[in-house]
Amino acid sequence: MLAPYCEGESAPEVIVARGQSAVDWWAAHVPDVTRRGTLVLAAPRDAGELDRFARATRGHGWVTPDALEPAISGRFARGLFFAAEAHLDPRAALTALRMRLLAAGVAFRDGPARGRVVDCTGIAARAALSDLRAVRGEMLELHAPDVTLTRSIRLLHPRFPVYIVPRGAGRYMVGATMVESDDAGGITARAVMELLSAAYTVHPGFAEGEVITTTAGLRPSFPNNLPAIRHVDDVIHVNGMYRHGFLMAPALALDLVSVLAKEPAHAH
Amino acid sequence: MFYGIDLNTRLMLGTAQYPSPEVLRAAISASDAEVITVSLRREGPGGSGFRDILQDSGCRILPNTAGCHTVREAVTTAHMARELFGTPWIKLEVIGHADTLQPDPFALVEAARILCADGFDVFPYTTEDLIVGEKLIEAGCRVLMPWGAPIGSGQGLRNIGGLRAMRAHFPQVPLVIDAGIGAPSQAMQAMEMGFDAVLLNTAVAKALDPVAMARAFSDAITAGRLAREAGLMPARDMAHASTPVFGMAELLA
Repeated sequence: MLAPYCEGESAPEVIVARGQSAVDWWAAHVPDVTRRGTLVLAAPRDAGELDRFARATRGHGWVTPDALEPAISGRFARGLFFAAEAHLDPRAALTALRMRLLAAGVAFRDGPARGRVVDCTGIAARAALSDLRAVRGEMLELHAPDVTLTRSIRLLHPRFPVYIVPRGAGRYMVGATMVESDDAGGITARAVMELLSAAYTVHPGFAEGEVITTTAGLRPSFPNNLPAIRHVDDVIHVNGMYRHGFLMAPALALDLVSVLAKEPAHAH
Repeated sequence: MFYGIDLNTRLMLGTAQYPSPEVLRAAISASDAEVITVSLRREGPGGSGFRDILQDSGCRILPNTAGCHTVREAVTTAHMARELFGTPWIKLEVIGHADTLQPDPFALVEAARILCADGFDVFPYTTEDLIVGEKLIEAGCRVLMPWGAPIGSGQGLRNIGGLRAMRAHFPQVPLVIDAGIGAPSQAMQAMEMGFDAVLLNTAVAKALDPVAMARAFSDAITAGRLAREAGLMPARDMAHASTPVFGMAELLA
């Protein structure tokens, strides 16, 4: 998700401000960035959460969800629309990025790092970054061709926000939990139940869908939940992306370029 | 006294749902809380990164059994908490209903009996029911934590009469209002009613500015406690002039 304004609900202003350029950056460098905004909804009994969300964020307007997404017509009386946001398929985007770099003559190598090392290995770099912790996230992917949503939907929930992101051809990503844990094991039954029940609240047609994949991962996070560039020994670390990998990667990469450009005798 | 520990400040702060550990630490600081609660059930042994940050705060840790639905789960979680934090304190929650998060008083008393016998200092999350309170005391609890309203609901003190009766019924037992507090005025009201402390989480964690809200709750709880100790005036049905009506000087026409 490229949702800088929605993330502003709990993230500091720097994420909102610097994340905005990410939509343009990804759209310029990979295909299939869908710029249709984010529609934020809440179940009727959680209607108060929607008002709180509106107070905590900017870049939105109140809408009648039926007009934007006819597939959920009559189910939600009101919603918040963040028109400037976008979504992409992370795996497809990374594949496209790699192809582009290969075409530009960039070499990809496996094996031990050598030369000037920039470590972007996320939670695997924990040994070098003592204040890096894991925040576990779980998601699943559904094939539900009966459901015809065209943009990211965010369902507010008192415990965690649930995103439903269309990935084309009837596929939807539903995610993601937030657990303060470094347990990298498979998705829990509770997470499956909570995510599916949220999807079902948005559209009962999801119940007829097929669960294609489930994933659990660890978000590398510093205590302020903000990404950072750090120097440890001779290695530059770009880490702590937390929930904001795709949102903050373009900005962090520019920062990294300016760090490297200032290095003396950076010759190979 | 809470199991032999005297607390200077009477706000106990939950640690879930903050925007980041850094904001949480700042909120703890601003609240002057001496006790913070931590959940374990879901995070499990893998939550050490977050727990280390909490232990660095210097606060006394009150681990809780949030998310437990049976006696067995709660007892197991309490043992894990004692091992991880090295404290006999445990905030005992046994949830009876996933939707309302209402405590299951029967399982609560049973779990409390097991844990008290095992040397735990049990802080049971209960309702304002007097008989359940008596059974918990009989099971070995020396503190009771009645709810103000369902967890996370922000409704404040939903049964004022019942809570007053509980305060009167257990004059020597430390009573902590736990759950349902949404505004500083509600926390202050609990302290004015003579409760010994207030435990809250969501109202601070989900505020637009958690650090400022932590300060607001801290000030309200201090004010409520001070007012209780100072002796609140009773309410009256009629006006009562604060200066005498008779004997006033008559102005010459």
